[in-house]
Amino acid sequence: MLLGPSLLVSAILFTIGVAGVLIRRNAIVIYMCVELMLNAVNLTFVALSQEHGLPGQVFVFFVMTVAAAEAAVGLAIILAIFRHHKSVDLRNINLLRG
Amino acid sequence: MHLPLDSLALVLPSQAEVMPAAPEGLRLSVMLILGLPLVGFLLNGALALWRPTAKTAVSLIGTGVLLAAFAIAALRFRDLSILWGASPETAPVVSLWSWLPVGDLQVDFAFQVDQLSMVMLLVVTGVGSLIHLFSVGYMREDEGYARYFSYLNLFVAFMLVLVLGASFPMMFIGWEGVGLCSYLLIGFWFTEKANADAGKKAFIVNRIGDFGFLIAMFLVWGAFRTLNFHEVFRRAPEILPAGGALVTAITLFLFLGCTGKSAQIPLYTWLPDAMAGPTPVSALIHAATMVTAGVYLVARANVLFALAPVSQTVVAGVGALTALFAATIGLRQYDIKKVLAYSTVSQLGYMFLGVGTGAITAGIFHLVTHAFFKALLFLGSGSVIHAMHHAYHATHSHEDAQDMRNMGGLFRYLPVTGVLMILATLAIAGVPPFSGFFSKDEILAYAFGRGEHQPLFRLFWAMGATAAFLTAFYMARLIALTFFGRNRTGEEEQKHLHEAPLTMTGPLLLLGLLTVAGGWLNLPEFARTLGSTELLHHWLEPVLAAGNRVSEGLGTLASLPEGGTEQTLIGVAIAIAVIGLVFGLVVTLRAPTVRAHDAPAEVGIWKVLYHKYYIDELYDWAVVRPLVAFSRAVLWKSVDQGTIDGAGVNGAARFSSALGWLGSRIQSGQLTTYVTLFLVGVLYVLGMVSWR
Repeated sequence: MLLGPSLLVSAILFTIGVAGVLIRRNAIVIYMCVELMLNAVNLTFVALSQEHGLPGQVFVFFVMTVAAAEAAVGLAIILAIFRHHKSVDLRNINLLRG
Repeated sequence: MHLPLDSLALVLPSQAEVMPAAPEGLRLSVMLILGLPLVGFLLNGALALWRPTAKTAVSLIGTGVLLAAFAIAALRFRDLSILWGASPETAPVVSLWSWLPVGDLQVDFAFQVDQLSMVMLLVVTGVGSLIHLFSVGYMREDEGYARYFSYLNLFVAFMLVLVLGASFPMMFIGWEGVGLCSYLLIGFWFTEKANADAGKKAFIVNRIGDFGFLIAMFLVWGAFRTLNFHEVFRRAPEILPAGGALVTAITLFLFLGCTGKSAQIPLYTWLPDAMAGPTPVSALIHAATMVTAGVYLVARANVLFALAPVSQTVVAGVGALTALFAATIGLRQYDIKKVLAYSTVSQLGYMFLGVGTGAITAGIFHLVTHAFFKALLFLGSGSVIHAMHHAYHATHSHEDAQDMRNMGGLFRYLPVTGVLMILATLAIAGVPPFSGFFSKDEILAYAFGRGEHQPLFRLFWAMGATAAFLTAFYMARLIALTFFGRNRTGEEEQKHLHEAPLTMTGPLLLLGLLTVAGGWLNLPEFARTLGSTELLHHWLEPVLAAGNRVSEGLGTLASLPEGGTEQTLIGVAIAIAVIGLVFGLVVTLRAPTVRAHDAPAEVGIWKVLYHKYYIDELYDWAVVRPLVAFSRAVLWKSVDQGTIDGAGVNGAARFSSALGWLGSRIQSGQLTTYVTLFLVGVLYVLGMVSWR
């Protein structure tokens, strides 16, 4: 019964996440926006599990686990980049340009 | 005139359909005759690469294979005397294997042993053997001895393919092969640029002629759908209308090939330069055998030429003009080999006058006698050069050993060579009873006889007779400058002048014998007291029968003039020869001759003759330079460098690297760009999926 609003919230969250990834330059902020997208998806899973059963909710746990692992690795990389460049501005990190 | 009437009955169509089978053993003989020189080439070539100092082995192999081939040919000749009077259709064809089986085009690797190729076979192997023997002495001290003999053997192998080939393509193999060997041997001493250039000139000028040969071959194929001599010549009178455009085109293109190979106007310029090769090579290739290939070709295709009287007139006219033209140049050359080279061009002109007139036998007769006396003259000049070279070598002088102005009075030092060269001079000048008299006289008589119906041939006769006078003159001049008068070699050098060793004088003696006796091959009727007459004529009759029938039908059959006229012509010919000789001797001996480096510059007409009418310069200016300039400016700079290199090769590279540059612009290294593109892609895919 709350399916429509739930999906709407999740869509808004996801869009904010995408916009943040596209617009922002700071690696930490982009990382946070990625987390936002993941959680938007989680909300979708939970909302839809009302109709489709438990697997959606189980999947959320998997996503959270992977997100935790990703947080560890991602933050470590950002730290390494910061140590190297003294900055986490992605505009400066373009070594792989053609 | 003896007409081949009795052989007419033999040539019935039903009989001609049957492909003649080769007599027992002929196959083996042909393979041996062709294979022996080839084996000699391979063995000597191997020795040249790995053991160039093994000169004894090279001499044995090089001359041995030729002598063996000659022996087999001679034995075959005896066996094949059944060919007397046999029709050409019964001449055996030895097919070794199928060479070009392409649809309609069926060319066998086949050889034809008929009366005409038999004559050529004997001349090539016989004179070739003598010249190989001579080379053993002449080239003894050369570093490239083994290489020389391997080339010489290869040449003989190709020459035999040329004269034995049973189809146009087979003949063409030999035709090209002898051209290759000629190139290799002219440039034998290739470390001097002039020699290498002379070789290239010979090769390139011959290409122009070969182009004519090829075109003629294509036309023959188009008309007959076959290239075998047998069928082409048998069916020619039915398929090609007499005097038609097609047969005239075929024969004229064939003759273009002949002008290249046999050094006729306008493609003769390579032959005098070809004297850059060793002297025995000049004797074998550029006098006795290869350059006569064109005459052989016209004789072989006599049916086609008989069908095209216009072409016959062209052949005879070019021959007469060349005979006269080259003889005038020979008047004022000082290099002994150059005189002989122009003499060869001139004598080849006679042969073409003969075959063009339709007197094929006379042309072939002159070919044979010329092979004898011109080989003798060249080898004699080789003996002279050998002696001069040794004398100058001993005194470390750098004088020209081939310039006749440096010779004089050599008879005392080289008596054998001197006597033999004088005999050959008498033969070439046309003094009876030496061989050249009979052959040359026969050609001129036939030309005069045909002039009865075609007055143009009277003009050709007059040109030939004038050339005969000039021939006698320049040959007498050569003898006088070389062997008589004051010796101009030098005090010190005289002590070193001596006669050549036996390996060189031996072949000279044999050639001298042939030069004197060669006329007996085909004695004319009026000389019947000397022996049986017209042997060669009867021998060749079957090969020429078809052509003669055609000529008879067209009313262009060459015939000797009536009795009284013939006697007068002979008298005139002898008078011309004798007056020319005496005149040449007297003029040359009375004129003050000084050594080459003291000689004053030539003036007036002599200058023009000395510079060979500036024909080489004219060709250089009119053909070579424009061609080189065009090639450089257009073909090289514009087509090759501009189009092929620029637009083609480099263009493709530039295009793909430009494409790569465009692609690399997307790889900005900016994460945002990648994500945006990724997002656009995902949205596109999702949109496509949901829209369906």
